[in-house]
Amino acid sequence: MDSSSAIHGYVAEFEKAEQLVAATRRTRLAGYRVFDAYSPFPVHGLDEAMGHPRTILPWLVFLGGLAGGVGGYLLQYYPHVIDYPLNVGGRPLNSWPSFIPVTFEMTILGAALVAVFGMIILNGLPQHYHPIFNLERFERASQDRFFLCIETKDPKFNKTETREFLLELGASEVSECEE
Amino acid sequence: MADLYSTLRQPLIAGNKSLGEVTNDVSGVLERKTSPLWWRAFMASLLFLLIGAAAITYQVATGIGTWGLNRTVGWAFDITNFVFWIGIGHAGTLISAVLFLFRQRWRTSVNRAAEAMTIIAVMCAGLFPLIHMGRPWLAFWMFPYPNMRGSLWVNFRSPLVWDFFAISTYFTISLVFWYVGLLPDLATIRDRAKAGIRKKIFGLLSLGWNGSLRTWNRYEVLYLLLAGLATPLVVSVHTIVSWDFATAVIPGWHSTILPPYFVAGAIFSGMAMVLTLMIIARKVMGLEDYITLRHLDVMSKLIIVTGSIVGLAYATEFFIAMYSENPYETFLFKNRALGPFAWAYWTMVLCNVISPQLLWFKRIRRNVAWVFVLTILINVGMWFERFVIVVTSLHRDYLPSSWTYYTPTLIEVLTLLGSFGLFFTGFLLFCRFLPVIAMAEVKGVLSHGHRSVRSGSR
Repeated sequence: MDSSSAIHGYVAEFEKAEQLVAATRRTRLAGYRVFDAYSPFPVHGLDEAMGHPRTILPWLVFLGGLAGGVGGYLLQYYPHVIDYPLNVGGRPLNSWPSFIPVTFEMTILGAALVAVFGMIILNGLPQHYHPIFNLERFERASQDRFFLCIETKDPKFNKTETREFLLELGASEVSECEE
Repeated sequence: MADLYSTLRQPLIAGNKSLGEVTNDVSGVLERKTSPLWWRAFMASLLFLLIGAAAITYQVATGIGTWGLNRTVGWAFDITNFVFWIGIGHAGTLISAVLFLFRQRWRTSVNRAAEAMTIIAVMCAGLFPLIHMGRPWLAFWMFPYPNMRGSLWVNFRSPLVWDFFAISTYFTISLVFWYVGLLPDLATIRDRAKAGIRKKIFGLLSLGWNGSLRTWNRYEVLYLLLAGLATPLVVSVHTIVSWDFATAVIPGWHSTILPPYFVAGAIFSGMAMVLTLMIIARKVMGLEDYITLRHLDVMSKLIIVTGSIVGLAYATEFFIAMYSENPYETFLFKNRALGPFAWAYWTMVLCNVISPQLLWFKRIRRNVAWVFVLTILINVGMWFERFVIVVTSLHRDYLPSSWTYYTPTLIEVLTLLGSFGLFFTGFLLFCRFLPVIAMAEVKGVLSHGHRSVRSGSR
């Protein structure tokens, strides 16, 4: 295992999205766990093929919206009721109907900002370095090719077996990616 | 895996493109040398922008007495421009968010440019309230924060403050929505750049995006959520803009029809502006395979729908004014159609209600020149609509002794031209330096209309 410590994994390259979906499904069935698929656009059916849990992002967004809404209301309640109450013709200080528009806008703002920054943080972005970019051909992953990388961290990883397995999946090319 | 061709579903992208061809076509626009045509257009826009900048400098230095306003007509050109530009922006959000929720997959070719248009249009809009303050360096007083003035707070019961919140939220959301959509494409440009400054800049902007499945998964969830959030937002923004008028007691403004009427008008005008820009962009940048006649066709249909709502709103306003027998309302609407501003009113009707009827004909919807001319007319008409609402309602109100007329000054006209300069300069810079078409999204719909034999059985 000495020489494999310097490599990130084996990368298979495919020409079609369907091939990637089929290959991912078979990789999982073969017992591999530490692998990733890369594609230039979201490929449908890939999440099931890879079988990983749903993201918690929607819950974070809900909390963000809640915080935005409550915060937005308090932002109006505090000045008009507590800090600077102004009696205009005996109308109630907490005139909630006129506080609705700003509360609504702040709800949307809170939810959307949490959504965007949540996605960025959950995805580990901004990411300064990722070993997969050491592969020269990988520049096509954002253009027109599909990649599947089985990483050396996978307990089932074995230099010869994994390479053969990937070739069997119909990869047009299998290469070694440095760490 | 032989490809079958469905005769029922038309492909969204013409020319039977491969993934690589899409990447080359779209990235090519910004990797090639700048075309002379772009330079000419850019210089012309920049000239208008500079004229506008000079006009703004003059009026800020002198004061807004340089405008043609008087004691009766306190709002005119400036607010008209503000509402006009905000409205333009709404079509971008409609295309990117609402049509996404409705699964209108043709939107992928136009949503990027439409969103860019939204952002620039909102910037143009924001300019006008800023100038209208007279002392724009005190604009930060709009923010509610504990301050050394007492604390003197903004009045949250005022629609003008609601407006401030609506516009700034709208701008922020449009900007992040656009940026999120750009992320994968920024990575594409980064990966194609050999080395040097472009690789560095796009490397920074793309945040190290690698297109991993986990990343895409969260990305898609985020996109759906943002679309769901932007949809009610876009409706709220123009509703709140209309409250600037509807909460006042001026006849012609004080009406519950204003919010839906403003929202429909916004989408109507914005859709026309998107079409104007797309027709120019597809020609100049050779993107006819992506922005096809079918796109012109469906967007023209949206113009008919929203235009008809606007036309119906004009008629309803008249009917209610007569039916209510409120003498002030009745007078106002007669004065709109027959008074000193009748020329503006009938320009509006001609451009917004009569000319779009031509779009009922498929032959006209699929004729680039016709659609181009009609969209320009609608842009003009929708500008006049806001002018009519603002000025005709004010110039003859309750007190006949203060009735008057309004004529804009040169400064006001130059400021409007300047905002067009800003708009086109911004849009041209976007076309030059960023991918105009959402490549990652287009790649996802390439197979639309095609079906491979194996994936056909689901």
